[in-house]
Amino acid sequence: MNNLVEINNLHFLRNNRPIFQGVDIMIPRGKVTAIMGPSGTGKTTLLRLIGAQLQPSQGQILVAGENIHLLSRHALYQLRKQMGMLFQTGGLFTHLNVFENVAFPLREHTKLSDAMIQTLVLTRLEMVGLRGAHLLMPSELSGGMARRVALARAIALDPQLIMYDEPFSGQDPISMGVLVKLIRTLNDALGLTSIIVSHDVAETLDIADYVYVIANGKVIGQGTPEAIRGENTGQLKQFLEGLPDGPVPFHYPANSLDHDLLEGAIS
Amino acid sequence: MITCIINSITALGRFGIDTLQELGKAGTLLFRVVFRLPDVRKGFPLVMQQVYAEGVLSLLIIIVSGVFIGMVVALQGYHTLVKFGAAQQLGPLVALSVTRELGPVVTALLFAGRAGSAITAEIGLMKATDQLSSMEMMAVDPLQRVISPRLWGGFISMPLLTIIFNLVAIYGAYLVGVKWLGLDAGAFWSNMQSSVDFHSDVMNGIIKSVVFGLVVIWISVYQGYETAPTSAGIAGATTRTVVYSSLAILGLDFVLTAMMIGGW
Repeated sequence: MNNLVEINNLHFLRNNRPIFQGVDIMIPRGKVTAIMGPSGTGKTTLLRLIGAQLQPSQGQILVAGENIHLLSRHALYQLRKQMGMLFQTGGLFTHLNVFENVAFPLREHTKLSDAMIQTLVLTRLEMVGLRGAHLLMPSELSGGMARRVALARAIALDPQLIMYDEPFSGQDPISMGVLVKLIRTLNDALGLTSIIVSHDVAETLDIADYVYVIANGKVIGQGTPEAIRGENTGQLKQFLEGLPDGPVPFHYPANSLDHDLLEGAIS
Repeated sequence: MITCIINSITALGRFGIDTLQELGKAGTLLFRVVFRLPDVRKGFPLVMQQVYAEGVLSLLIIIVSGVFIGMVVALQGYHTLVKFGAAQQLGPLVALSVTRELGPVVTALLFAGRAGSAITAEIGLMKATDQLSSMEMMAVDPLQRVISPRLWGGFISMPLLTIIFNLVAIYGAYLVGVKWLGLDAGAFWSNMQSSVDFHSDVMNGIIKSVVFGLVVIWISVYQGYETAPTSAGIAGATTRTVVYSSLAILGLDFVLTAMMIGGW
C-alpha cells in the first residue's frame, strides 16, 4: 500500500459544531505532507483523530491499512508504537530531565539494558543537536530546544509515522531554521512518513512534498508546493498571501456599526 | 409564570443529568484503575514514590496539627472534667475523641487540603501541557502510569497518617494533662488503656480513615483528569477537590459512625 494514512469522508462535530465535513486526505509513505489552514480550522483536531485520541462522527481513518478507530485498546497501543507526535507545547514530562524524557518510551516498551538505553538516547539527542543538554530539566530549555527534545523522544522507538503539530509557531528564525532542517533530514534519513500541521506558509512549503489546505471543514486546495503557490482562488490566495480581508472577513459577524453605536443595542 | 416554572424544572433536570453523568464518569475512572491487572515491576516503585509525595510530605502538617489538637482537647477536657471531680478520666476522653473521630476526620481534611489539591493541580497541569496526551501517543496508558499510582499511594498513606496523628495527639494531651496540669501519669495511661477498646474504637477509626482516604484520592484524581486544560479550569478543579472532599468526609463520617454505633 502506497499510502500510510488514508482519511475518507471524515466528519467530526465538536459541541454540535461541524469541524470537518467530508474531508479526504491521503498521506503517502516516505513523504512530508503538510496540512495547512487558518487558525481554528481543526488542524490539531485532525492529528488527534489520526492518533485515535478523538473519534470521528462519520468516515474512517486507515493507518497502515487498519481502521484505527475500530481497533481494540491493545491493538491501538501496538499501532501507536509506530507513531510519534510532536505536540505544540512539546509535552515534555516536567519532572524528568532531558535524558529521562527521551528514555521514557524505551523504558516503557523495551527491556533494553541501561547501557543500551543510554546509547540510544544519546544518539537521538545527537541527531537533534542536544546531546550536551541531556542533564537539563525541561524548565531550563528554550521553546525551540524543548521541541527538539520532544522530537528526539518521538523518534526514540523508530516510528513509521511522525506528526508535527505547529512545529514552527513562536520560534525565532534560528530555531525555525533548525526545525525545518531537522524535519526534512530526519524524514529522509530514517525513512519516516511525516505530517506537518502548520499555518507558517513559507517554512512549510519549503519542506513539504505535498500540501493540503483546509478551511471551513473542507479541503480547499491540494497539490505540490509549486502548484499551491500558483493557486489563485479566493480563500487559498488570501491564506497564502496573508491578506487581512477577503473570503475570510476581517470583521467578526456583527450588527451594523450604526445599530450598535446609535441604538445602544449591546446588552 | 408557566414558562418560569418550566425553565426551573428544565434546569433542575439538567443539573440532575449532569450530576449523574459526572458520577458515572468518576465511577468508570475508578473501575478502570482498580480492576486492571497491575504491573508490579513498574507499578510498585511508582506507588512508593506517591506514598512519599502524598504521605511523607504531609507528615509535618499532620504532626503539628495532631500535637496542637491533642493539647487543646486535653486543656478543654481537663477544665470540664475537674468540675465533676473526674479529672483522672482525661486520658480516656482524649483517646476516645481522637481515635474515634478527630484522628480520621481531621487527618482526612488536612490530607485533602495538602495532598488532594496538589494531586489535582499536578494532573490538571499535565493535561494542560499535553503530557497526558503525549503519554497516550507513546502507547502508555495515563490511567496506569499517572492515575493508578496516585490513587494507591493515597489509599495507603491515609491510614498511616491517621495512626501517626492519633499517637501524636495523645502525646500532646499527655504533655498538657500530666506535665503541665499535674495529673498522675499512671492514672492517665491506665484509665486510657482500660477504657479504649482496640476493635470498636481504634480499628473503627482506622476503617473510617481507609474510606476517607479512598474518597479523597478518588475525588482528587478525577477532578485533575477531567479538568478543563486552562489556568481557570485547574484553579476550579483544585477548589472543587477541597470542597467536595471536605463535604464527603463529614457526610461519610456521620454515616459510618451511625453504622458502627448501630453494631454493624
